[in-house]
Amino acid sequence: MTDDPQSRIDSTVKTNDVVLFMKGTPLFPQCGFSSRAVSILEHLGVEYASIDVLQDQGVRQGIKEYSDWPTIPQLYVKGEFVGGSDIMMEMYESGELAQLLQDQGVVTAQ
Amino acid sequence: MPMAAKEIETMIKAAIPDAQVEITDLAGDGDHYAARVVSETFRGIPRVQQQRRVYDALGGRMGGVLHALQLTTACPQ
Repeated sequence: MTDDPQSRIDSTVKTNDVVLFMKGTPLFPQCGFSSRAVSILEHLGVEYASIDVLQDQGVRQGIKEYSDWPTIPQLYVKGEFVGGSDIMMEMYESGELAQLLQDQGVVTAQ
Repeated sequence: MPMAAKEIETMIKAAIPDAQVEITDLAGDGDHYAARVVSETFRGIPRVQQQRRVYDALGGRMGGVLHALQLTTACPQ
């Protein structure tokens, strides 16, 4: 394991089916946008890994470069960047997010 | 220093000239906004790319001075 944030992010994203980079933890989100992202994943009943960027400055900056996306939270499914909380909400409401998880073979409670 | 709603709208329109931009000040504090950006140039491109164009228009302010911008992008109906 290297200390380089880009390698650590890449390895996290590739070894977990669903990963949420967020501020805080699912139990104690530290930002409204992260809280909304957690609620969506909980509603879908999907298992996910969560990374608290507030615990790691390297990852906090590095994740923005990794995805070329300026904000947190960020959702990844099977190694692909899906979007931030606004895109997650749109995709959740339209059913696209559930469909994407299903298409990718990720188990949900629904 | 927070950004004024008008400033956000001006920057988006400068980069995406045909954009219809609606800004809502969510908390009334000049710091928590929602923006809806509608542009023909978004047609056929993924949402992530649509939102990247808006973030690019804001020239790196997103995630910095602009913390809370709820963003929705769409094509004209």
